[in-house]
Amino acid sequence: MSQRQLSTRKIVNVAGIALIVALSLLALSPLISVLYYVVAHGWRALSLDFFTKLPLPVGETGGGIGHAILGSIILVVMASIISVPIGLGMGVLLSEYRHLRISRLLGSVVDLLASIPSIVIGLFAYAIVVKPFHGFSAHAGAIALSIVMIPIVARTTEEMLKLVSQTVREAGLALGLPRYRMILRIVVKGSLGPILVGVILAVARIAGETAPLLFTAFSSQQWFQGLSQPIASIPVQIYNYAISPYDDWHEKAWGGALILILMVLGLNLSIRLFLARKNQTRSRS
Amino acid sequence: MNVILKVEQLKAYVESFEILHGIDLEVSPNEVVAFIGPSGCGKSTLLRCINRLHEETAGARVEGKIYLQDQNIYRLGSDPVDIRRKIGMVFQKPNPFPSMSIFENVASGLRLNRIAKGRELQERVEQALMQAALFDEVKDKMHQLGTSLSGGQQQRLCIARALAVKPPVLLMDEPTSALDPISTAKIEELVLQLKKEMTVIMVTHNMQQAARVSDKTAFFLYGNLIEYGITTDVFTTPSQKKTEEYITGRFG
Repeated sequence: MSQRQLSTRKIVNVAGIALIVALSLLALSPLISVLYYVVAHGWRALSLDFFTKLPLPVGETGGGIGHAILGSIILVVMASIISVPIGLGMGVLLSEYRHLRISRLLGSVVDLLASIPSIVIGLFAYAIVVKPFHGFSAHAGAIALSIVMIPIVARTTEEMLKLVSQTVREAGLALGLPRYRMILRIVVKGSLGPILVGVILAVARIAGETAPLLFTAFSSQQWFQGLSQPIASIPVQIYNYAISPYDDWHEKAWGGALILILMVLGLNLSIRLFLARKNQTRSRS
Repeated sequence: MNVILKVEQLKAYVESFEILHGIDLEVSPNEVVAFIGPSGCGKSTLLRCINRLHEETAGARVEGKIYLQDQNIYRLGSDPVDIRRKIGMVFQKPNPFPSMSIFENVASGLRLNRIAKGRELQERVEQALMQAALFDEVKDKMHQLGTSLSGGQQQRLCIARALAVKPPVLLMDEPTSALDPISTAKIEELVLQLKKEMTVIMVTHNMQQAARVSDKTAFFLYGNLIEYGITTDVFTTPSQKKTEEYITGRFG
């Protein structure tokens, strides 16, 4: 090969890499600008009071959204308790029993469920929980959120289980394990780490959902009053503040957005760290 | 003659395609039997019929009988789970269970079938690892992931996993085809040790391997058993022309 051909190759190579880097930055720019915007506007609202106090009436500065932070945590935990077992079970059915007719039917149902706009899910929860029980409640909010969460958990579980090689399943059966025990103790247990990451992504998704909560959990200016009472949440609090005409409240809305992002980010990072450390101690000991 | 495994008029299908056309074969205890033949001849399918794993393939069907210690494993009401506890299997590619330690991998058959626990489990795991000639290499790192071992070690781990439940019959489906020559030699040596305690049936594409480790050799072609006999006879004075052509490398 001649010297000229070689240098042409090098130039093309550098140009190619430069193009890829530029496109990656372009793809990242919305994320970075959203983060920058939220931090720039939100950090001024942050104070100890913001995390621990209730909102004050219009006109008085100060106060916080402690009730909404607590409310969001309660709603997300409740929704997870409902949807993780159901979604996990559906994922196992979709992956391990995919030859069954019911599994194929379920697959279409999950896709359908995932494509329903979340405001419609809110309406549905309104019709089946809020109306019959005569009032907005944490129950209704958690049910609406869990309906958003179920298809996400089901699909991620399915995808993670499908990554397990078929010969691992056969090796389990060849040891004389009944099929259900092979699936639970070898396939599912072996994929728990990635499934957990999937669940966290689903949690991140519902933690920011506003529409399903508007007419289910509604909102509240009080601390937690019980599961059958309306409950505040960060996204709805942000919504209420953002549509208000007061500058102080706008700032609080940005602060709420920042907290939401930090909570999701913190959860995500801690799970990943936990899994990484678990694997590390394993390989060292 | 003492017989541990007897295959009678066995036909195997996937959908309407007949892979095996009526196989008859007998295996004596403490023998090593090699299945040889070109790709697609049905030797792996026969192996997977013996522990009823063939039926795991979508659309698969089996006709005929296989007797394990005088019990037809294909009789009505026979549970494949019981049969597989008596017939261990080692696969072509090492397949340790994901996110299980070396110990947990070997213990899995005993633990998940609730056969042993505690002190007894510990002993049987160590015993199986010694049998598989892996114990010395892993005794100080029993809690590392099984997948952290090298390919050859992983395959011996899978052998130990199959041995831990003490099956009277061990099936091996090209157990060395993914391994380097040194690991291959270790596993061949292992097979010669194992036959003191069990019967081994091994599918192999490597004719030298069949000649080195097996007592009997079965040659398959297009779903038929062409020749079955003492290995030295099959390799030196084959009775069938096709066998001679295959082992001398004229086709396949």
